[in-house]
Amino acid sequence: MLRYILQRVLYAIPILLGVNIITFLLFFTINSPDDMARAHLGDRHIQQAEVDNWKASHGYDKPLFINYDAQGVKKISQTLLFEKSLRLFMFDFGYSYGDRDIKADVKERMWPSLAIAVPALLIGLLVNITFAMLMAFFRASHIDTLGVVICLAMMSISTLFYIIAGQYLISKMLHWVPISGYSDGLGAWKFIILPVIVGIISGLGAGARWYRTLYLEEMGKDYVRTARAKGLSDGVVLFKHVFKNALIPILTGVVVLIPLLLIGSLLLESFFAIPGLGTYMIDAIAQQDFPIVRAMVFLGALLYIAGLILTDISYTWVDPRVRIR
Amino acid sequence: MTFKFVLLWTDLLVFILVALLLAFSIWAKRQDSWRRPLRKVFRRKISVVSAVILSTYVLIGLLDSVHYQPALPQENATDQIHYDVEVKSVLDKLLSPLDEQFETSYSAPFAHQLHVQDAVKQADGSIVYQHQRLQYAATHLSNPEAEKRHDILVRSLKGVAWGLLILLLVTILLVLYLSHQKKQNVLATSKQLVAGKMDYPYLTMLLTLGIVILLASVSACLATHYHIFGTDKVGEDVFYQALKSIRTGLVIGTVSTLVMLPFAIILGVMAGYFRGRIDDGIQYLYTTLSSIPGVLLIAAAILMLQVFMSTHPDLFASNAQRADLRLLILCVILGVTSWTSLCRLLRGESFKLREMDYVQAANNLGVSHVTILKKHIVPNVMHIVLITLVLDFSGLVLAEAVLSYVGVGVDPTMFSWGNMINSARLEMAREPVVWWSLCAAFIFMFTLVLFANFFADSVRDAFDPRLQDA
Repeated sequence: MLRYILQRVLYAIPILLGVNIITFLLFFTINSPDDMARAHLGDRHIQQAEVDNWKASHGYDKPLFINYDAQGVKKISQTLLFEKSLRLFMFDFGYSYGDRDIKADVKERMWPSLAIAVPALLIGLLVNITFAMLMAFFRASHIDTLGVVICLAMMSISTLFYIIAGQYLISKMLHWVPISGYSDGLGAWKFIILPVIVGIISGLGAGARWYRTLYLEEMGKDYVRTARAKGLSDGVVLFKHVFKNALIPILTGVVVLIPLLLIGSLLLESFFAIPGLGTYMIDAIAQQDFPIVRAMVFLGALLYIAGLILTDISYTWVDPRVRIR
Repeated sequence: MTFKFVLLWTDLLVFILVALLLAFSIWAKRQDSWRRPLRKVFRRKISVVSAVILSTYVLIGLLDSVHYQPALPQENATDQIHYDVEVKSVLDKLLSPLDEQFETSYSAPFAHQLHVQDAVKQADGSIVYQHQRLQYAATHLSNPEAEKRHDILVRSLKGVAWGLLILLLVTILLVLYLSHQKKQNVLATSKQLVAGKMDYPYLTMLLTLGIVILLASVSACLATHYHIFGTDKVGEDVFYQALKSIRTGLVIGTVSTLVMLPFAIILGVMAGYFRGRIDDGIQYLYTTLSSIPGVLLIAAAILMLQVFMSTHPDLFASNAQRADLRLLILCVILGVTSWTSLCRLLRGESFKLREMDYVQAANNLGVSHVTILKKHIVPNVMHIVLITLVLDFSGLVLAEAVLSYVGVGVDPTMFSWGNMINSARLEMAREPVVWWSLCAAFIFMFTLVLFANFFADSVRDAFDPRLQDA
C-alpha cells in the first residue's frame, strides 16, 4: 500500500512539471515580459526606462531559460523559469503585483471557501442521493419520468439564474438573510446559508440524474434478482443492498472533489461577496494580477492530482474486490 | 446595393461544420449501423420536438453567419466605392431597422416611454421629472395609454393569421411530399397523419413547427412598432440582442468540440491501440491538461490574448474581426479543456476493440496498422464521438455565460447571453426592477439548452449499446 501511494505521488511530479511548463509558456512566451510590463502600466506611450524599472521591481528582468551572465548553478536559478515557475514546487508563491504575500492570502482565504463548499457538498450529496433513490424506487413509472424531466430542466438553467433568483427572492423580497457579505466566527451562518442552498439546488438536476443511472445499473445485477426471488420486498432490497453498493461509485466520484473544495466556487463566492479563494481568483483575473493566477493554477492542479490519488486509495478502502498489487 | 462579403474565421468553421453534417447524414443514411439508431431517435416525439426547435436556432445562427460590409453612399458616381467599417450579417438585414433604432435608455417591454424619469426644463424655468416618449416604439399612437392595448391585440391577431397561413402552406407541402413518397392519394395521407399512424411523428413535428411559426410571425408583426423585450441601458432592443446572441451560443457549443475532435480521435485511438510507450505519452498529455482547473486555464489563455491584442492593435482590421478571433481562441481553449474526457473514453474503447477477434485476425493477416485503425477501430468508436458531441453542447452553451461573467468569455462588444446577463445583473438592485434583459437572455438560453439536452438524451439512448436492452 505504502509503496503504491509513493509511486502515485512520484508520478504526480512530472504532471505538475508539465502544468508548470504550460503555464510558463502561456505567461512568458506569447507575450514578452516587456509586453506584459507595458500592458500592466497601461500607457501606450511609455518610456523604456519605466518598463525596465517595473520589470526590475517585480523581478522580471531576467532571461527566460538560461542566464549566461551568472556563474555555476546560478546560470539556471537566476532565470524566470526557475524563479517564477519552479519555485512554486517549494510552495513559494511569491508576491502579487499589489505586493501582497500570496501564500498568506491563500491561507487566510481558504476558510471562508471551505465554510461554503463543505456544507454544500455534504448536504448536496444527501439531497441528491435521496432524490435518486426515490426515482429509482418508482422506476419506469410516471413519477420517475417526471423526475427525469425535472432533472433535465433543472440542468438546463444557468447557475447564474439560480444565484440571481435566490438573491432576489430570499434577500430582496423576503429579507430573510443579507444579500451578500461575510463575517468571521459564528455570525457567519446567515451569510453562508443562502450560497449553500443555491449551490445545492444548482447541482441537484445533474447530480440526482447521474446517481439515478448508477442505482438503476446496480439494480440490474444478479444479486438483486436473487434477493427479490428470495422474497425480500423491493424497498428492503433497494434501501439495504443496492444503497450500499451504489454508494461505492458515488463516494469515489466525490473523493476527487474533496481537495478542490479548498478553492471554492468562483460564482457563488463572487456573487455573495465571500472573501474566499474563488473571489481571490476572480479579482486576480479582473485586475490581471498574473502571479496570483499562476499560483492558483499550480495549486488547483496540485489539489486535483491529490484528489485522483485519494480516489484510488478510497477504492481499495470501500471495495474489497479492488486490491493493489 | 453594392456590398462586400466578409468571411470571419468562425463563419468559415460554421460552414465547414454544416458541410460535415450534411456529408455525415448522407453517409449515415447508407450505413445500416447508423440508419437504425438514427431512425430510433426520430421516432421519439420529444426528439422531433427538440430537432425542430434546434433547427430554428441553427437557421437563425446560419443567417447571422453570412457577413458583409455594405458600401457607403458615394458622392459622385465615379468615386471609388468605400465600404462601411461595421460588419453586418444577413440577420441584421432581416431584422432591420431593429439594429439601428437606439432609444436613450431602459424601457420596459411594450412600453411607449422610457423606464426612468428625465429632468425636463419647462418654459417657466422649473424642472419637472417625467417619462420621455420613446423615439422608435409606439410612435404611431397619439394616445398610447388608451390605444396601446387594442393596437397590440390587433397586431398579434394579424401575426397569428399570417402564422396560420404559413403553417397551412407547410402542412400542404408536407402532405403532398408524403403522399408522393408513399404513392398514395392525399386524403389517405392526411387521415394517417392526423391519426398519428406514420413511421415518424409528423403530427408532433407540425405542431411544434406551428408554435415556432406563430411565435415568429407574432413577434415579427409586433417588433416593427414595439420593443417586445424592452431596451437595455444604452437603449438597444433586447429582442435583437437575444437573437444575435444565438450565433455566439451555437458557435461555442459546436466549434469548441469540432476543433479538438481530430486530436481527441487520433490520440485516443492511438493510445488504446498501440499501448506501451505511446499510451504512456498520450496519457501523460491528457492527465496534465485535465489537472489544470478549466476556468483557470481559460482565464490564463484569454488574459494572455488580451495582452497580445492590446500590444498588437495593428493586426486587426475591424472590431468584428478582433471579437471573432477572441471567440475562436475561446472555442479552442474550451475544446482543449473538454477533449481530455473524450480522449480517455476513446482510449478505453479502442483498448477493448483491439482484443476483438476480427481485429486480431486482420492483424495476423498482415493488414497494416493504419488500415486497421481506419477500417476497424475508428468506425466502431464513432458513436462515442457523436454522443459526446451532443452531450457537451449544452454544457458549453451554459459555460459561455459563466465565463463572460468572470470576464474571460467572448469579447464584451460581442452579442452573447453571458454579456447580456452580466450587464443586466446589477440592475436587479434598481427600483423598479429592470428584469427584461435578464429574462430574455435566460429564456433564449434555457430553451436552447433544454431541447439540446432532450435531444442529446435521445441520441444517447439510441446509440449507446449498453442501453440497448433496457
